[in-house]
Amino acid sequence: MTFWILAPIMVAAALGILFVRKAVHAALLLAVVMISLAVLYAVLDAPFLFAVQIIVYTGAILMLFLFVMMLIGVDATDSVVETIRGQRVMAVVLGLLFGTVLVLGISQVTLGAVVGLDEANAGGNVPAIANILFSRYVFAFEATSALLITAALGAMVLAHRERLTPKATQADLAAQRLRDYAEHGKHLGPLPSPGVYARHNAVDTPALLPDGTAAESSVSRVLAARGTVRSAPALADDIDDVRRQIGDPTSMPETSGKAGAPATTEEDVEKGVQK
Amino acid sequence: MTEYIVLSAILFTIGCVGVLTRRNAIVVFMCVELMLNACNLAFVAFARQHGNLDGQITAFFVMVVAAAEVVIGLAIIMTIFRTRRSASVDDASLLKY
Repeated sequence: MTFWILAPIMVAAALGILFVRKAVHAALLLAVVMISLAVLYAVLDAPFLFAVQIIVYTGAILMLFLFVMMLIGVDATDSVVETIRGQRVMAVVLGLLFGTVLVLGISQVTLGAVVGLDEANAGGNVPAIANILFSRYVFAFEATSALLITAALGAMVLAHRERLTPKATQADLAAQRLRDYAEHGKHLGPLPSPGVYARHNAVDTPALLPDGTAAESSVSRVLAARGTVRSAPALADDIDDVRRQIGDPTSMPETSGKAGAPATTEEDVEKGVQK
Repeated sequence: MTEYIVLSAILFTIGCVGVLTRRNAIVVFMCVELMLNACNLAFVAFARQHGNLDGQITAFFVMVVAAAEVVIGLAIIMTIFRTRRSASVDDASLLKY
């Protein structure tokens, strides 16, 4: 029963891996397949492998996949350009043929009565596996430990990056700052902090320069790239609206920082600073 | 028990087609993992069919080797990405020329 519920889900998720464009979606679909597989292991009297499948595969290996995806960029989608002409069609045809041959071949075989693991699992599945693992397969087990150490060392060697230039010390950074000031007139002090307003004191609200324009350098570049920075003059409009609603007599449209257009480029900001 | 083996064959085939068609090295790797998992399912199903635990032990070893392989493979993908700014398997073709 469990099998007939899980099998369509697994096949659908596996097919999804072939068709989704984003690698992250493929990883999530693979997680669905692996968890379903773990449940099937439990159905097949393999509780130890059920736990190992969830801990090692869905827990460790898939997280490793996701980590690497974040390191090399989540938005790295597949290119649709074929380098070998007709390769995709050929691959699908070959795959269909291979699958048909496999399934037809397997369905011809009669496997006989299922022996079942009740006898082998009599003293518990985990002790039974341990008995075999540490007697008959002990050399394979030792070799596995060597393999794992080799893999860990290999990953360290591959991921290690040799530093080509010496690390910049604090003195170097200070000298660089002064050089920037001397050559480009870049402001020597720290960057301006984000603005503080009556209704918004979040980091996505830029500070206002004396002439009413927004200081672009006061908000994080990441927020600017995402396009989630609030426009300070629009914010001032907001305040005017509220004032008008509550009938504040001091409400004067030109009191707020609406006069200046929002600074859009770095040069504008620098000009503003130099003014 | 045949249905488990058929499911394993189907998953293996899907993994195969994925390795042949996808371009992103990470997705290709995931499809390899799918094939390994499909084999594991067959091993565990046969263990139950024959009533001994050798199949489960083999599946266990396959998992260990898969973990080691993923660690090394992803490290290689990262190194290639660092030097070539691309995770596409088509871009790693320097040895061809």
